[in-house]
Amino acid sequence: MKLPISWLHDYIEPAVIGDLHDFAEKMTMSGSKVEKIHHLAADITGVVCGRIEEILPHPDADKLVITKVNIGAEDLTQIVTGATNLSVGDYIPVALHGANLVDGLKIKKGKIRGQESNGMLCSVEELGYTKADFPEAPENGIYIFGKPQELGSDARVALGILQDVFEFEITSNRPDCFSVIGLVREAAATVNSKFKIQNSKLENAQSVAVRDYIDVEIANADLCKRYIAAVVKNVKIEPSPQWLRNRLIACGLRPINNIVDITNYVMLEYGQPMHAFDIRAIDGGKIIVRNAADGEKITTLDGEERVLCADTLVIADSTKAVGIAGIMGGEHSKILDDTTTILFESANFYGVNIRQSSKKLGLRTDSSGKFEKGLDPNLSLTCINRVLELVKQLNCGDVVDGLVDVYPESRLEHKLDFDPVRIDALIGVDIDLAGITEILERLGIGVDGTTATIPTFRSDINIWEDLAEEVARLYGYDNIPAVIASSSNAGGKTVAQKMTDILKQTMVSLGYSEMLTYAFESPKVFDKLEIPQQSHLRNVVRIINPLGEDTSIMRTSPLNAVLTALSTNYNRRNARARLFEIVKTYHPNSDTSILPDENQYLVVGGYGDMDYYHIKGVVETIMSVFGIVDLPQVAPISHLSFMHPGRTAGFAFDGENFGFCGQVHPQILENYEIEAPSYIAVIDFDMLLKYAQMEKNYIALPRYPQLARDIAIVVNSDTINAQIVSIIEKSGGKYLKKVQLFDIYEGKNLPEGTKSMAYSLTFGANDKTLTDEDATKAINKILNALEQQLNAQLRS
Amino acid sequence: MKDDLLRIKTEALAGIAAAADTRTLDDVRIEFLGKKGTLSQISRRMGSLSAEERPIMGQMVNDVKDALEAALSTRKTELAKSEMFAKMATEKIDATLPGIAPKLGNRHPMTIVTEEICNIFIGMGYEIAEGPDVETDYHNFEALNVPKTHPARDEQDTFYVEGGHVLRTQTSPVQIRKMEEGKLPIAIVAPGKVFRSDEVDATHSPVFHQIEGLVVDKGINMGHLKGALTLFAKTVFGEDVQTRFRPHHFPFTEPSAEMDVSCFMCNNDPEKVKTCRVCKQEGWIELLGCGMVHPKVLARCGIDPTVYSGFAFGMGLERMAMQRYNIEDMRLLFDNDMRFLKQF
Repeated sequence: MKLPISWLHDYIEPAVIGDLHDFAEKMTMSGSKVEKIHHLAADITGVVCGRIEEILPHPDADKLVITKVNIGAEDLTQIVTGATNLSVGDYIPVALHGANLVDGLKIKKGKIRGQESNGMLCSVEELGYTKADFPEAPENGIYIFGKPQELGSDARVALGILQDVFEFEITSNRPDCFSVIGLVREAAATVNSKFKIQNSKLENAQSVAVRDYIDVEIANADLCKRYIAAVVKNVKIEPSPQWLRNRLIACGLRPINNIVDITNYVMLEYGQPMHAFDIRAIDGGKIIVRNAADGEKITTLDGEERVLCADTLVIADSTKAVGIAGIMGGEHSKILDDTTTILFESANFYGVNIRQSSKKLGLRTDSSGKFEKGLDPNLSLTCINRVLELVKQLNCGDVVDGLVDVYPESRLEHKLDFDPVRIDALIGVDIDLAGITEILERLGIGVDGTTATIPTFRSDINIWEDLAEEVARLYGYDNIPAVIASSSNAGGKTVAQKMTDILKQTMVSLGYSEMLTYAFESPKVFDKLEIPQQSHLRNVVRIINPLGEDTSIMRTSPLNAVLTALSTNYNRRNARARLFEIVKTYHPNSDTSILPDENQYLVVGGYGDMDYYHIKGVVETIMSVFGIVDLPQVAPISHLSFMHPGRTAGFAFDGENFGFCGQVHPQILENYEIEAPSYIAVIDFDMLLKYAQMEKNYIALPRYPQLARDIAIVVNSDTINAQIVSIIEKSGGKYLKKVQLFDIYEGKNLPEGTKSMAYSLTFGANDKTLTDEDATKAINKILNALEQQLNAQLRS
Repeated sequence: MKDDLLRIKTEALAGIAAAADTRTLDDVRIEFLGKKGTLSQISRRMGSLSAEERPIMGQMVNDVKDALEAALSTRKTELAKSEMFAKMATEKIDATLPGIAPKLGNRHPMTIVTEEICNIFIGMGYEIAEGPDVETDYHNFEALNVPKTHPARDEQDTFYVEGGHVLRTQTSPVQIRKMEEGKLPIAIVAPGKVFRSDEVDATHSPVFHQIEGLVVDKGINMGHLKGALTLFAKTVFGEDVQTRFRPHHFPFTEPSAEMDVSCFMCNNDPEKVKTCRVCKQEGWIELLGCGMVHPKVLARCGIDPTVYSGFAFGMGLERMAMQRYNIEDMRLLFDNDMRFLKQF
């Protein structure tokens, strides 16, 4: 919301406002944040008012003339110009030597075709404005002031373009502050000053003369709270006066003509959108505020044909819609140069409906923006009176006596009881009732004892806590003493949160860096990962209004996230990548009223200086960190469409899948444009939480020496380590403490189709020193079992 | 025999002194002190001596033996030392070659920043709370005093999923879930992902992170809110940082405020601020929104607002991380390039 300081000065003495920046700071701290102070025309310098004293032909150029200009100095200033609209005696803006004009244009004296020229006579364009802003300016030529100016004075002042404008950020609960008057109220309360708004009143408002022109019917009183119509006849459409245009310009609006400018001016001043119709376009002499018919068409002021639906409110006459209520008027009824009789509308529409209609139509206007925040219906009368006052003041036409005011249910001031003790307790201050009363009264809130009377424009104040905020913000949030609450809670993290930290720390220690990926992705990822059609992974939570197809489903697995990250790195020629993330996946419930299940997974991925055993090692380390020493069932798995069928292991605990690790399927790597063998692991974090043994129990160090024995056995090539270890552990007896694979050999000296696997076995007892015999006995049992179950032979 | 002994002693000492390495020295030892060495041979001749001469000669042999052994030992130490130096001379390496260290990974900058903030509040006795990413309309909006018709619903550009649920647009629904649990007092912070339908650019992402805070107890007032958040700001940005609380509006707090901190660059210094680009000459950076929990929000969660009061706050985390590490483009945070991730 923009507020020209000159407008503020209409209501509050400049001396009370004081320094601009101090004032801005005070406003910010009382709740109206000043985003910026614009200094309009500040970059234009060295332009003064001058008078043409002589015009002489240029000796060497037909299209140029030499002017002698009086700028209040002793000598006249000679300026050469090509303009043809000048006469002796004209007052004009003169850019002197060294002047700065718009767009960084700098004026220097020099010679034009041999004749000295000490500056430039200016058009409005050279000062950064257009003919719309200064309609009296000539089409092509120097701006000529309509009346004499003090010679040598600042032309920006004469033009009224030198203005300071505050730009406020207004919060959505304060629709009343989207207006000059609203901000004046806030300013007055902030600097603790009085201000005076003179609300004009139409004489003969009760007259029925207006009924000869127009009648009004509200067909939907839920959506239209009030509709006031007034009529002006014998209208003269012309440009508005400069002071009014300058205020519109300062607020970012383009002047159009006196009637339209008046409606815009009042909208800026009070925040109430106004509209003017050419009464010629109103058939049947009656305004009906009704819902549109489904499919009803109207061409709006901007020339677009709009198709309406029944939710949208229209302003209609007896045969057709003449405007979309609160959003935009109709093309057909707009003010034209030959308009002679005007209907002014000052109405109140239900904000929510205006917002929905505006959204549906894709049409946001200044008007809809104001209405959708919810306006005070009592403002409508103030504003129609203000419009008619301006019509008279600007002499635009003759106001017809009387108003048509349809106001089915008046909004009244409401009362609110408050308890000063509770207000103080909520804020944390000690302000007595007198202090509270003083603050509330500054804001125009009446106080009688402990009952506040809330003006109708403060629709945001409904409970005593709202009053507390008013008290606090004018008392100053900065004046509230800061206190450290003494907490009775121990605080801290839950077990799961601590385990998340441990997991991340473990991954970082293992050389993996944490990535961050989006929770949504493309439905195409399933085909990219060759996930079977019937897979549960394809059962997704779909976003109804996604940014695009690529981000339209919530992920059901972390695979695409990690492979995309690996692909990014590979394609940027990073030689190696080591990535992990703890991600959520989302799984819909068949009853969609129940929130989707959210599961957490650790996903790990890498390529470069890496093989299968590295990724498996990562999984084993994690298991060990989480105290899962007896690794869950580990088995080669070949059924995952995205994994290498011969290089993947699955983990399960009590038959529940825990996760998997291995090499990514080469076809999938091709789909992701990764040309290096890549490895990933996925671990179900919830399972990790479930099976983790974070309680550590000390186990006594062996008191008796342990015996280490190595065995090498020859087995079929397809025999896997897990089988052998399992047999050794089962048959090794109570003294077997540890089994560790240390060598695998295939090739020379071994029969075709066989391999040698070498294990280091550690034996020990807690109550004695083992003898060689004890160990030999155990080893014989192991070898026997291996021979029986795997046909394994001791390698000689 | 005595002369022989003295001769042997002289010869042996010369041999010891002349030995150039430990092996030669050992040879000298064997020659003179070995089982078949010269000294043993002489000792064997003792049998031919008279009973009076025998002890005298025996003593003499021992003396020579001791002298030789001492000389041997000294020489051996000398030689071993010089051999060690000689060996080390051959072992010289380029000490500037890179060391061998296991490669460590790195936590994501968002994790680092989130952790830091969480730890400050844990220090003040807060717990960490969490909630689902896919939320009910009720928890994300209704319970927070944002009814269906509220304009904030448009402003927040919500993603909707089937069942009328939303991807949470703020971490505030965690407040609701915590209050619904009914355990009082409450002191939590809740970090997490939030979603809004913003197109990706240097300062926007449809997925970003917020942290939410909530304290509910008897007698909580705005002074407590200011105290907690000022302490937080000073811990994160340093003792010298200034804070200010400006009135603002949020549907779920009343009164509401925004907290600004003095600009990281100019610290709102009256001179420096005039040219500061970071705060655009404002002197302040908007950090978070906060306020006293709206009585309707408390009541909806089953907490009696005439008995309990509370404060809440929420802030975006991306900007904190970007400011901390001078990251100019938010997209880098979600890009997962190792060259980026390795820097934190």
